[in-house]
Amino acid sequence: MHRTGELFGQFETMDQQRESASLGMWVFLTTEVLFFGGMFMTYTLNRSTYPEIFGEASRSINLTLGAFNTVVLIGSSLTMAMSVWAASVGKKQLVTMFLILTLILGSIFLGVKGIEYHEKFVEHHVPGLNFSFEPGASVATNAHAQLFFSLYFAMTGLHAVHMIVGAGLLIWLIKESMRGRFTAEYNTPVEMVGLYWHFVDIVWIFLFPLLYLIDRH
Amino acid sequence: MSTTPAARPSATPGNILPREHYLNATYGIRSWLLTTDHKRIALLYLVSVTFFFFIGGAFATMIRIHLLTPNGYLVTPETYNKLFTMHGVAMIFFFLIPSIPAVLGNFLIPLMIGAKDLAFPKINLLSWYIYLVGGSFVLYSFSTGGLDTGWTFYTPLSSVYSNSAVTPAVIGVFINGFSSILTGLNFIVTIHTMRAPGMTWFRLPLFVWAHYATSIIFILGTPVIAITLLLAGLERMFHLGFFNPALGGDPILFQHLFWFYSHPAVYIMILPAMGVISEIIPTFARKPIFGYTFIAGSSIAIAVIGFFVWAHHMFLTGESTYAALTFSLLSYLVAIPSAVKVFNWTSTLYKGSISYDTPMLYALGFIGLFLVGGLTGLFLACLGLDIHIHDTYFVVAHFHYIMVGGAVMGYVGGLHFWWPKITGRLYPEFLARIAAVTLFIGFNLTFFPQFILGYLGMPRRYHSYPPEFQVFNVMSTAGASILALGYLLPMIYLVWSMRYGQVAGRNPWPATGLEWQTDSPPLTENFDVTPEVTWEAYDFENRPDLGLDVKGAPSLAPAHGDD
Repeated sequence: MHRTGELFGQFETMDQQRESASLGMWVFLTTEVLFFGGMFMTYTLNRSTYPEIFGEASRSINLTLGAFNTVVLIGSSLTMAMSVWAASVGKKQLVTMFLILTLILGSIFLGVKGIEYHEKFVEHHVPGLNFSFEPGASVATNAHAQLFFSLYFAMTGLHAVHMIVGAGLLIWLIKESMRGRFTAEYNTPVEMVGLYWHFVDIVWIFLFPLLYLIDRH
Repeated sequence: MSTTPAARPSATPGNILPREHYLNATYGIRSWLLTTDHKRIALLYLVSVTFFFFIGGAFATMIRIHLLTPNGYLVTPETYNKLFTMHGVAMIFFFLIPSIPAVLGNFLIPLMIGAKDLAFPKINLLSWYIYLVGGSFVLYSFSTGGLDTGWTFYTPLSSVYSNSAVTPAVIGVFINGFSSILTGLNFIVTIHTMRAPGMTWFRLPLFVWAHYATSIIFILGTPVIAITLLLAGLERMFHLGFFNPALGGDPILFQHLFWFYSHPAVYIMILPAMGVISEIIPTFARKPIFGYTFIAGSSIAIAVIGFFVWAHHMFLTGESTYAALTFSLLSYLVAIPSAVKVFNWTSTLYKGSISYDTPMLYALGFIGLFLVGGLTGLFLACLGLDIHIHDTYFVVAHFHYIMVGGAVMGYVGGLHFWWPKITGRLYPEFLARIAAVTLFIGFNLTFFPQFILGYLGMPRRYHSYPPEFQVFNVMSTAGASILALGYLLPMIYLVWSMRYGQVAGRNPWPATGLEWQTDSPPLTENFDVTPEVTWEAYDFENRPDLGLDVKGAPSLAPAHGDD
């Protein structure tokens, strides 16, 4: 199939191409909801079985860093939205600038996440690696707290993997944007990565209260 | 019935292959491995799913030979556990689920809706590579000792206790899931945005509707099995406790999550086959399909209801009586859209001008076998009866009637039906009819005795059985040998026909779909010019281009008028 400018050969018109990309992205995000959904289900069931230990374990993670990261991530959604807007009105340099800002905020998030993981490692809270919740805790308490931390690492880990993929996409966008590829007429990739980035943010908006806030009052 | 394909008006010896088509557009191994043409990707899938079919078939052969005698001398009990596990994993995840969608769906959906390709051709190629990577992990597991957990990977056996190569198999099935997801995504977008002018939703062939329903399941179900296997894999690798009761986890949760995908996955296997049957029946009854909107709607209904029945696999896990009652009732509901289809197909046959070409034999076989498979499903959905036949050969027979009698018959029938379009040549009709009848006989002889075995109480997944069950097991093994012959025959003559078969022409049957309006084999771009659809689906009357000098359904001339 031959490509004419930005129009791929299988499509007749740019409108058809844009509509396909947009629908494809929304369908993909639907699969992502179900993908995370299985984990949220596992979390919900285990938390309702062991509410006290989940609360206790939740208090041991660093609320300050988590809250800071939440703000950073919401900020990155704002810059991402700004870059989609800039693309739609054809301000090429603003697109690049907002994409770079989004990438910086995303990287800060991942860096802070790394610090949090390190803390857990030092406290022996990493499941499967010398896990011990608190000295003198019973075997059952230890096991159930380990469930919390297993979910903590699985959920935030999977979220972080999505962030890393998002960062890779941003780097590609920045490269293309610096070449001046995105115009008011053609900016589908910016819009699509934008949708993905917002989705990953929304997942965090659910993760933050479920993991950090359930027993702080 | 003594006719040959030459009797068809449009399949006369005068037909010649088009000078340029998708098979000879480019040459060389790179032109295949890097192709983005949906038709070539379909053929890549055809080769790979056939490969896995033979792997799964080899395991089945060993199982049936082992079960010839009550104590089974062929393999040890441990090996027997691995055999049925690997049979299931290969057949379900790497043959049945991709078979019709990724081969026939891939090839036909753009042709049927008048598009040049799927919406995302590169993603289509990517999903084939993902399938290969997933398949390689599974083959690695098979060749380094295999796994013995059953295809269901139940925890904590799979995550804690099994000493076999579970990890690579779980990784392989996990990876393969993304291939399904991307195929489903591609189909949904393509059906929404790539339809030719005039191809409205209710002019779509029912094959496309069936694939739309299947894609919904791909999209909503597959991510859940992916995350479930990821959690089970993490549990196995890092000794976490999501599903391990010793660490406070819940093994029943695994079963819920597993069946939330794996029950709808049954409909991933059967819905596309129903789509194939809905194309074959009107063509060889030479009548518009009866109840088009009901068949289209019932596909969607099956996909939707299919998501609310999963716990009927878990009646004996101690779930609450009310949950069991609810899931039993919901399972019964699936019978309604399924029966709607069967009634509509048979109503289409009524007063039709029926010709018994090979695809029609498969379609008629499908209706009968699916009926048996579906009705025995109701036995299993019945709470009281399920206690008696749960985990027996009755279940094995039931799902093989759906998956082999239904899905595989649909797949093989569809391959025959569209073989002239795929290759430009006809298969040898006489041999093909023999193969179809052989398959039907072999299948029933293999699996019908298993209903009786199960009802008498022979449990599934056991390597030995009491001597009084031997006669049924011998029947079953004998049937399996006939079945194997029935599969080998098409393998041989279909390959033969690619070179020596009679040239088919554009529309040998003739059938009404858009795919028959273009060359056989089609151009890389599918159509010379984007077609415009001005007729309703399956309308034989207002289609002078089909070359039928007939009007009015009852008096239609049979395809083989000299019978």
